Amino acid sequence: MIVKEELTTPPPASEERFPVGPANVGASGVPAETFVLNLGPQHPATHGVLRVKMTMDGEYIVRAEPVCGYIHRMQEKMGENRTYAQYLPNTSRIDYLSAMTYTHAFVGAVERAAKIQPPPRAEYIRVITSELNRISSHLVWWGAFLLDLGGFTPLLYAFDDREKILDLLESITGARLTYCYYRVGGLCNDVDDAFLKGTREFVAQMRPRLKMYKALVTDNIILRKRLIDIGPISAELCRKYGATGPVIRGSGVGYDVRKAEPYSAYPEFDFEIPTFKEGDSMARYLVRMEEIVQSLRIIEQALDKLPAGPVMADKVPRVLKLPAGDYCYSVEAARGRFMVRIVSDNREIPYRVKLRTPCLSNLSLFEEASKGMLLADALAVMGSLDLVIPDIDR
Amino acid sequence: MSEAGPVKNVETSQAAPTAVTRPNPLAHLALPFQAVDYAVKGYHVEAAVPPEQVVAAAEMLDREGFALDTITGVDWLADKQMEVVYDFFHPTKGLRVVVRTRISRDKPEIATISTVFPGANWHERETHDFFGIRFLGHPDLTPFLLPEDATYHPLRKDFAG
Repeated sequence: MIVKEELTTPPPASEERFPVGPANVGASGVPAETFVLNLGPQHPATHGVLRVKMTMDGEYIVRAEPVCGYIHRMQEKMGENRTYAQYLPNTSRIDYLSAMTYTHAFVGAVERAAKIQPPPRAEYIRVITSELNRISSHLVWWGAFLLDLGGFTPLLYAFDDREKILDLLESITGARLTYCYYRVGGLCNDVDDAFLKGTREFVAQMRPRLKMYKALVTDNIILRKRLIDIGPISAELCRKYGATGPVIRGSGVGYDVRKAEPYSAYPEFDFEIPTFKEGDSMARYLVRMEEIVQSLRIIEQALDKLPAGPVMADKVPRVLKLPAGDYCYSVEAARGRFMVRIVSDNREIPYRVKLRTPCLSNLSLFEEASKGMLLADALAVMGSLDLVIPDIDR
Repeated sequence: MSEAGPVKNVETSQAAPTAVTRPNPLAHLALPFQAVDYAVKGYHVEAAVPPEQVVAAAEMLDREGFALDTITGVDWLADKQMEVVYDFFHPTKGLRVVVRTRISRDKPEIATISTVFPGANWHERETHDFFGIRFLGHPDLTPFLLPEDATYHPLRKDFAG
């Protein structure tokens, strides 16, 4: 059992945590003696090639400056030299853990511009596969985050469950990670009965597993002490930096694109947007765990109501020429709001493709949020942001 | 999208509940904010402003409680202009606003809005990387995603790899 008093003890005031004694204070009030600690770009705690240049005062961070671009691939330039259909596979390689939602945003933007309406069955299957993808993404985060915090076992449980999702999605898409299943106007193929049956089985299996996750990890006193009150991020900070996804929802703002700008078949399902007002790492943790529950709810409803019919709109031209203008489409990816902006000049190739990725905005507040923090806590906060570096660097 | 069955008339079927052009929710502001059809464009309000009003627009939207979404450019080579596009979203009202401005391609300079939204820092650095647009007053315009010694701007339309 968790002793409530122990958990709610506030952290020491910043003066105590950040000793500003005469021994280590310069003329401008900053510590006189600091050292630079280079974290990454190859470091297990950054999960990819992120580098953070940290100015340290002992164990405390004076300034942590993320240095990006180590896996920059110029995805936006690639958008300017191939057709819309040719560019589609690129979008699943930006945030490789939520490829479904990313391809959804791209086909959505093209459909919006070309005024193509995918059939209802396709929209339902998009929702089912996107939500499965969200769960598998959250499971990777869960396992990897706990690995960062020193717990190895949860990763094995998470990957066991994730494997079931990957097998399901592989059976209909042919891919295990970088799905390219959605097409402009629908889907590349319909789902089969084995997938529908398997998805129902997965939903039934996952619910008791979440109870086990809670007993094993969420209620664990060591985890709670590592996360509660650590790395508070205010709703105002999120607003100023444009943070979205579980980061803003962990700061008490129920911003979710699925509700704020409803798209696809989402308006037809009953689900909640989990928010926690504390803004600490634990709040972000709990948001994601609750989101898995909500995704299971959505999947179940979509399976129950799945309409019959085609999965591809009629007469989608093989080569698309979008009318001139700019078109945006936003989706709620696993890490927050992802938006594609296409600027067309009435040719087969986009004039400009802009990819608005959630991890860039979510990481950009890290420098401000990590000031005065212990290094070990800062790594926990970075993990709680759930960063995918190719999503930042594009 | 709410009804099953073959969808033929795409014009009307796109008019889902959110798709109706709402009355301009920012009509009380001093800049030319205009409502646009969300179903067609993917955002609700748009304003084309002269470059010197961008900071004022950001301040207005900041006071209205908007969050900074992203900043980017578009190179209009034929017009000899650079377009700078600022996206904002409202965390609780579900509104999306686009502010756009055009600057000369020969002297692509515009004031930074990182003084209003600190999150603009990285977006402006990226836009400087890709387009060579200089954001005046920006704290650090060193390359963000490009190599640290990069002197080229790959999203300019006259960029030859």
